[in-house]
Amino acid sequence: MNQTTHRPGGSFSRQLAALWLALATIGAQAGQLTVYSSASADTLKIYADQFAKSHPSIKVNWVRDSTGILQAKLMAEKDNPRADVVFGHTAANLVLLGQSGMLTSYAPKGIERLNPLYLEKRNPPQWVGMYGWASAICFNTVEAKKAAVPKPIRWTDLTQAAYKGKIIMPNPASSGTGLLMVNAWIQMWGEEKAWAYMDKLHDNIASYSHSGDKPCEQAGAGEVVVGLSFPLRAAKVKAAGAPIDVIIAEEGTGWDMQASGILKNTKNMEDAKLLLDWSISSEAMELYGRSYEVTALPVKVQKLEHVPGNIAEKMIKVDFDWIARDQSRVVAEWRRRYDNKSEPKK
Amino acid sequence: MLRDRDDRLMRLLLIVCGLFMLIALLLPVAMILTRSLQDADGAFVGLANYRRYFGTGAPWQSMRNSLFVSGATTAIVVTLAFAYAYALTRTRMRWRGFFRVMAMVPLLSPSLLKAIGLVYWFGNQGLLKSVLMGESVYGPIGIILSCVLWTFPHAVIILMTALALADARVYEAATALRTSAARTFWRITLPSVRYGLIGAAIVVFVNVFTDFGAAKVIGGSYSVLATDIYKEVVGQQNFSMGAVVSVVLLLPALLAFLLERFVARKQAAALGSRAVPLVPAARPLIDGALFGYCLLVTLFILAILGMAQFAALVKFWPYNLSLGFGHYVFNVQGVGWDNFGNSLTLAFWVASVGTPLVFLGAYVVEKPRADGLGRGFLHAAALLPMAVPGLVLGLGTLLFINQPGNPLGLLYGSMSILVINTLAHLYTVPHLTAVTALKQVDREFEAVGASLKVPMLALLRRVTIPVCLPAILDIWIYLFLNAMTTLSAVIFLYSADTKLASVAAIHLDEAGSTASAAAMATLMVYASLAVRLLHLGVSRFALRRVQAWRGGG
Repeated sequence: MNQTTHRPGGSFSRQLAALWLALATIGAQAGQLTVYSSASADTLKIYADQFAKSHPSIKVNWVRDSTGILQAKLMAEKDNPRADVVFGHTAANLVLLGQSGMLTSYAPKGIERLNPLYLEKRNPPQWVGMYGWASAICFNTVEAKKAAVPKPIRWTDLTQAAYKGKIIMPNPASSGTGLLMVNAWIQMWGEEKAWAYMDKLHDNIASYSHSGDKPCEQAGAGEVVVGLSFPLRAAKVKAAGAPIDVIIAEEGTGWDMQASGILKNTKNMEDAKLLLDWSISSEAMELYGRSYEVTALPVKVQKLEHVPGNIAEKMIKVDFDWIARDQSRVVAEWRRRYDNKSEPKK
Repeated sequence: MLRDRDDRLMRLLLIVCGLFMLIALLLPVAMILTRSLQDADGAFVGLANYRRYFGTGAPWQSMRNSLFVSGATTAIVVTLAFAYAYALTRTRMRWRGFFRVMAMVPLLSPSLLKAIGLVYWFGNQGLLKSVLMGESVYGPIGIILSCVLWTFPHAVIILMTALALADARVYEAATALRTSAARTFWRITLPSVRYGLIGAAIVVFVNVFTDFGAAKVIGGSYSVLATDIYKEVVGQQNFSMGAVVSVVLLLPALLAFLLERFVARKQAAALGSRAVPLVPAARPLIDGALFGYCLLVTLFILAILGMAQFAALVKFWPYNLSLGFGHYVFNVQGVGWDNFGNSLTLAFWVASVGTPLVFLGAYVVEKPRADGLGRGFLHAAALLPMAVPGLVLGLGTLLFINQPGNPLGLLYGSMSILVINTLAHLYTVPHLTAVTALKQVDREFEAVGASLKVPMLALLRRVTIPVCLPAILDIWIYLFLNAMTTLSAVIFLYSADTKLASVAAIHLDEAGSTASAAAMATLMVYASLAVRLLHLGVSRFALRRVQAWRGGG
């Protein structure tokens, strides 16, 4: 009696151990990749579908979220990374991941064809750029006419009294799009002039949003006249039917790039390399080129409707090292000046 | 012998509930809080982060804003919800079943949907913009409106539970003594639901205090403590500073906990073992007035959600108002019907595992058999979730289960971790509901049961559970509906295979389509509504069988 009850118990615990092991190996299967991305969800679908067509044997588990959420997730998982590849995430954040020792070096096939601007200095690099995106001003023409607000051409136009309470800008403390603008103003004009500009701009801001998409959507819906955002979002909002003009500021625009890299702990290096190779292939570049202003490999493709054509020439020279170094100081200064007294001034 | 077995059973329950709290709540929160004493590289720095945080003078404005928004919302919601719950439980007003369902409707909808509804009504292009008299909806007004809508059902649930059980003999005595109706209300009704009132106020206050959703989507640049955490954690990935703000957020919750303990000690059971259930009498004037009031509240709720539905159908607000189903075609990575299935699965398990766990946990806390220390611990732990912002709990859970060598790491990316995390996140209100219900069952029942040698389980089955069945059913649906719309805690924990509809709606919004986000959210509302109605049918049937003792309808 004692023995008969004991034996099934023993095999049960063996089964449990086997199950435990089986579960533990999930995620390490060949042919499977877990890929984190903060690329815009609508464009990521296009890339994901095409990659699946080109590499049908690789099953990719895409985890997409906004830049901040994804970066927080990556940093929280630092000691035990779960992703194999980060695909389409801002370069500044990949620099930080690299500094935390989370990335492995790999030079994807065809890297020599890329514009050197998109490569980091190490060889082989820890990450490789794919495409760049800039800032755009969304200007609601219907509401502008109602309120007799002139069309802005330059960033400096936005400090005129006519725009008071009619501008939404992303908060650089919570949005990469907002930080991009602040960094660009500082790089174009120097610290002193840039902060003086922002002081005046602040007086005209209706509110600071927590996402870079919102300002253009708000301008598109007529909640404000001017929304500071980025060109792809502007083009999409306009295509959806919003009466907006998409403006690239005369003085120039800052830009950031989306890049990819392989996590050091990946258990599927082979497929991870294939994805990185694909990320800079001509096939992929042509897909990026439809939605984004500039690509690491110059391509000639029909741009998406309403994406302005003059962006590439307006892009300023960006010092990414300066950004990685001074980013937190700039944000702290911005918050000291504007964030903590966000009560409307009477 | 019998007592021994019951004691063992109680201790087992205590351990099960305690373990759950430890894994799902306390260790994850501890993971985050220790970060507040570390620098970015994990080295211990003592209180340096706190000095830096308070040194800037920055937090005071956010703190004042947080206190103002939470205080105003609490005052408004508790007043509104009390009148509503009173009408539902203590009158013969018409359409009570309908109003009961309507009160829960805000629970059905993700916060995104409420925000869209509010913006389309009160935004700069809104139809009722003039009502705000030149004030912008993007700011404290929007946050308060949104939070009132969102917390109203929570308060109604707690207050209905408190008002549902009353001893008719007290009211008969009052009538016999010719006590005026007003005096009866002030001297009998209000004191008897004091615990419920305080509970509702605490839940509303603390929930609003720690919520970042409303402030993020409609608060404009009005800064509150919860959005400060968002800026630190999501904007800067500065977990240390995020942890510091989280600790500051815990303080009011601590005060609330002490207050709750203080009130609980003074509350006597309303339903003595000799109680006669109160059957409300018809009072045409009061019933009519309350009917009008409930109708108004219902209309407001419907107007907000109706507007959101309109938003999902309109081609392009506000410039092209032609209607169509175009926004119901979701063409975005990782968004589809499987998100929807995942949400339903999550909600079902959270409700079905959570209801027995919460109720038995509350039973352990409320019925003094097991040791006091464990009960105190469990009750304190149960009140903690509402004080912990979902974002913080989610991040803490990720940090906790993803530590190298943690056997729970197997749950990473699974539905189980979403269930555990969501249940922990939602724990407080069901717990308070269960405790309120149990408080009204006289402890004498247990004493008599013990002396008659009725096993605890039998007593539970034959008396406690049937008496508390309305509360138990409410807890199930509360957990289900909230799990359907939960967002802030799960955002760090879902995987490609377990992505939820609430996350998908946010992603649609981020991809530039507010209308598509509204469309996804309306689908969630309808699914939840269907489950709610099904639940109502089942409840009616179950209650008719076991609640006959309440007498009448």
